Amino acid sequence: MSPPSNNLKDIPIYTQAEEAYSVGNIRALLAEIAARLEKLDENGETGMIDLNSLPFSPGEYEQLRQILGQGEVSARIEAIGPSEIIETHYPGVWWVTHYNVEGDIVADMIEIARLPEIIKSQPEDVHAGLERLKAQLN
Amino acid sequence: MMDYETLGERLAQQGVSRRAFLKFCTAMASLMALPPGTATAIAEALIKARRPSVIWLSFQECTGCTESLTRSYSPTLESLIFDMISLDYHHTLQAASGTAAEAARETAMKENYGKYLVVVDGSIPIGNPGYGAHGGVSFVDHLQQTVKGAAAIIAVGTCAAFGGIPNAKPNPTGAVSVSDLIKDKPIINISGCPPIPAVITGVLAHYLTFGELPELDELGRPKSFYGQTIHDRCYRRPFYDQGKFAKSFDDEGARNGWCLFELGCKGPTTHNACATTKWNGGTSFPIESGHGCLGCSEPHFWDAGSFYTPLSAPTENIATVAAGAAVVGAGVAVALSAADRAKKRRAQQAHEKMTVKDL
Amino acid sequence: MDTQQLLDFVRGPGLQFAAAVFVLGMVYRMLHLILLGRKKNLAEPRGGEWGPGLRTIWHRSIQSVGLTPRGHFIIIVGYVFHFGFMITLLFLSQHIDLLRTLLRFSWPALPPGLITIAAILTIGAMIALLVHRFTDPVKRLISDYQDYLTWTLTFLPLLTGIMLKQGIGLGYQQMLIVHIVTLELLLIAIPFTKLAHMLTTFSARWYNGAISGFRGVQS
Repeated sequence: MSPPSNNLKDIPIYTQAEEAYSVGNIRALLAEIAARLEKLDENGETGMIDLNSLPFSPGEYEQLRQILGQGEVSARIEAIGPSEIIETHYPGVWWVTHYNVEGDIVADMIEIARLPEIIKSQPEDVHAGLERLKAQLN
Repeated sequence: MMDYETLGERLAQQGVSRRAFLKFCTAMASLMALPPGTATAIAEALIKARRPSVIWLSFQECTGCTESLTRSYSPTLESLIFDMISLDYHHTLQAASGTAAEAARETAMKENYGKYLVVVDGSIPIGNPGYGAHGGVSFVDHLQQTVKGAAAIIAVGTCAAFGGIPNAKPNPTGAVSVSDLIKDKPIINISGCPPIPAVITGVLAHYLTFGELPELDELGRPKSFYGQTIHDRCYRRPFYDQGKFAKSFDDEGARNGWCLFELGCKGPTTHNACATTKWNGGTSFPIESGHGCLGCSEPHFWDAGSFYTPLSAPTENIATVAAGAAVVGAGVAVALSAADRAKKRRAQQAHEKMTVKDL
Repeated sequence: MDTQQLLDFVRGPGLQFAAAVFVLGMVYRMLHLILLGRKKNLAEPRGGEWGPGLRTIWHRSIQSVGLTPRGHFIIIVGYVFHFGFMITLLFLSQHIDLLRTLLRFSWPALPPGLITIAAILTIGAMIALLVHRFTDPVKRLISDYQDYLTWTLTFLPLLTGIMLKQGIGLGYQQMLIVHIVTLELLLIAIPFTKLAHMLTTFSARWYNGAISGFRGVQS
């Protein structure tokens, strides 16, 4: 609870997803996300949920999008086709979608972490980049 | 190509970042229905893997299976898997030809003895070995020689898996499947005419990651892709359950997307992943495009009656047989009745008394 | 022979054989019956034969008054079985596909949910009748193997049909083979067992009516 203030600027702003009614599948999925987010909160344990393997009617998929919404962060990766990553309204809950060069979805998942693995620079790439940079300097 | 670099070195050479590779492994894990967290483990296993030598033998085939796998205009994740293997021999794709190609094959076999994979597409004619041969060596001999040191055989397409179209009646070349000839090596059948490309790459990825073939059904097909029938996963299933069937192509029912059972759809008896994985990168599959399933991943599907005869209807002419049977039955009845009447008349004329036995 | 080949066989030559035996058997049986002829009745006919014959066919089809309550049970359950069986056989889409290839014409189907209800009622009726046959002392005494065999051969297509439709038991391919085989067994058995009553009932009732009509008695 922030201390009361007279200044309008000091009042924090929270954006909220519009009211969406949950259906059977969505409720179960949200429960699982909540459980994993709890683990992240307690001891930093990360998790991933593959959406391709879950039964969705098209309407339910859109509902999930609506409920989780879009938060402050969005990122785009270009690696053999684009990948779109957004942080949802719930910090720590990320939506990662991988596309191939033709634009088909090849993987679609919810990742619960402080930062999705795919965004982090991979150690091997760092090492290879270092070699290149050193070569550049010489 | 017989370089022994690991996959990691190969990727670095091609300028593929580890991040891109991780994305690929995530896609593979999703395709193989493995938990998403295993992508990292898959990546680590594959990176250290030596590229397995693969020898691709093409026999009596239409090349559709190779086309299905390699049809890509730009580097895709599927072509990446193809890069992961060291394709040491392939008639259509290899650069070398003639004796040079055969020499390459033999060297690959010798140097990787016990570890190389053999991929086969097309059926093998045994009616007369002359029906199919390369450089004077019949297909049968070619197959049997090549699989001697193989770790496993992947039979791609219904022709290699079950005999396919050459095997259909009257089978003029005596075409047989790989499993009809080879009994002492593990064989995995990736059937379909052609098979879904993602299934071929999925199986290769599984083998490369785990070093063994995935779980197979009683026909040798990977259960993860062939475990269910098209009918089990068809999006038109509610129409089937409600009895809403299209009666002819482009009629009212067909345009409403109703079930195609009455137009001969073999979905209920066909095991494949078409209804979920679909074709052309998830664009569509036959039923979604308005045509019933042909059953192309099942053995002898070419001989299973018309593609347009529903599963509940007979495949042979019953009416003519029944009519013939009626005529024969009538004939027998007339003949036996005549004989009985004659007996009755004789008995009357002989004034035979009726006994208990007659009753 | 793998499953696909077995399915092709039962849908093709198997059905042909079963249909041939059924038609041959029934045609032979009915024709032989008629051609055997009747002993000429030398008395003066007091009425027609055909009209009263047909009247009896109709009359004995509707419930008779004066039966004991047990008799009522048989009649009602018997009708449930026969009607249910006919509805299941004639009004399921997939069965109409089969009959259409034989008869060259077809008719509208009923919703599959309704057919499932009809089939379940038929199965229930059959079980009730079997239980009655076991528990009633008279029926048990006079029942022989043919009664139980024909019951089983009639029951199996119904049971396997429901299993196929609802996806219970074996996979679709195997269940379809089993269902068609039970049908073929039934077809083959009909001309040689009491199941031939599907035609002989009518000739028998006609005959009884004809006798009465000949004598000038109401049939």
